[in-house]
Amino acid sequence: MSEVSLGLISAALLQRDLLLALRRRADVLTTFFFFVIVVSLFPLGIGAQPETLRAIAPGVVWVAALLASMLALTRLYAWDHVDGTLEQLVLSPQPLVVLIGVKIFAHWLVTGLPLVLIAPLLCLQFDVPGTAMGVMVLSLLLGTPCLSLIGSIGAALTLGVRGGGALLALLVLPLYIPVLIFGAGAVTASAEGMPAGAHLSLLGALLLIALVLGPLASAAAVRIALE
Amino acid sequence: MAINIWKYASPQAFFPLAGKLAPWFLALAGVLGAVGLYIGLLVAPSDFQQGDAYRIIFIHVPSAWMSMFIYFVMGVASVVAVVWRIKLAEVVAMQSAPIGAAFTCITLVSGSLWGKPMWGTWWTWDARLTSELVLLFLYLGVIGLYHAFEDRRQGARAAGFLAIIGVINVPIVHFSVNWWNTLHQGSTINFFGTSKIAADMLWPLLVLTLATKLYYVASLCRRARADLLALEGNKAWVHELVAPEVAP
Repeated sequence: MSEVSLGLISAALLQRDLLLALRRRADVLTTFFFFVIVVSLFPLGIGAQPETLRAIAPGVVWVAALLASMLALTRLYAWDHVDGTLEQLVLSPQPLVVLIGVKIFAHWLVTGLPLVLIAPLLCLQFDVPGTAMGVMVLSLLLGTPCLSLIGSIGAALTLGVRGGGALLALLVLPLYIPVLIFGAGAVTASAEGMPAGAHLSLLGALLLIALVLGPLASAAAVRIALE
Repeated sequence: MAINIWKYASPQAFFPLAGKLAPWFLALAGVLGAVGLYIGLLVAPSDFQQGDAYRIIFIHVPSAWMSMFIYFVMGVASVVAVVWRIKLAEVVAMQSAPIGAAFTCITLVSGSLWGKPMWGTWWTWDARLTSELVLLFLYLGVIGLYHAFEDRRQGARAAGFLAIIGVINVPIVHFSVNWWNTLHQGSTINFFGTSKIAADMLWPLLVLTLATKLYYVASLCRRARADLLALEGNKAWVHELVAPEVAP
């Protein structure tokens, strides 16, 4: 049996996950529109005064991103768990940590990245000034991968559990709090004319920690789930 | 003669030991609790700034310490449970969670009652308060995940893993007051230097801290016993214990 390189396997897995997401477009779009609708509801509930909207925009967009990313998590491993793919990944000779990392990356590409790309449009709805808009995009770009990486642990832990969805919220949302604080904090600081660098640096640090520990912890959680 | 403590990691050996120890710990906790509360509420002098309202400290601070201490114990027991698959460690971790959640609730409620006369508000989004609230959510997550599984041992391993991840939060709770110092008063007790609290007020606080620790051990012993009976229901030692006449 010839050795297959890890890079080749990772590329194949990435391609497979993206293809599956493309075939199940409706699911991906649901997350995306959930984000857009939740954000759009706030002006209707709170009132459309521009100064109020500017003040709440960072929090609203970030909380909506948290919820949207959490909703999408149930699809990260659930189908692969049901049809046995996950078991094959665990049994394969390749390191599970890398394979899980690839899956998380694919998941972020289809659920996290669209949120980053649509954020400027939502900022316009909330009359967010230009520089703060840039910081919003940057903070989401650093923060949404964190959400996928942290959420992946929760998604793996709740595999095969009854009432998984609501439980997942209870597990994952408290762990999301630092990302929310620094993400929304960066945008608020920038909107108030202060430098956002410190918040963004902390967000970047969180991302680095999550990049190292997220796949490791997720792989361990997948193994626990498949016992 | 050395006593082999590792023997007590087996449920069969632990069960009677916990049964023997629990009443002692409970009695000691009761006596110390009564003494501590008596000194704290009636003997200790009033604070020159806060008057008698400061006496909530005797409930609030021991509970807050316990809320973090129990989370730490739960994390350590979870590491043992996940790495070495020791059943007793799973039981200790999972049965600690409700006790810890209760202490966290007491901390939040007593803190709220204290905040109203001192700060003029029941709740504020101060870093320490928020962290304590997050700690409660983490406890609830562990309890929820544990009960969501049909198989209790798998549930204990999954929830234990979550507890290990959440342990990262406990230092944040403890040091947050130094990170984003806002409204909450700084720590008044310093073990490695001069405490900023009067000795008359410190003693009842330490007595009550010991009392809550002992109560935790007693409560944990009793909860673990009940849980072990349910977990080991089909084992011979439980049959012999519960119904010796029908044991095989």
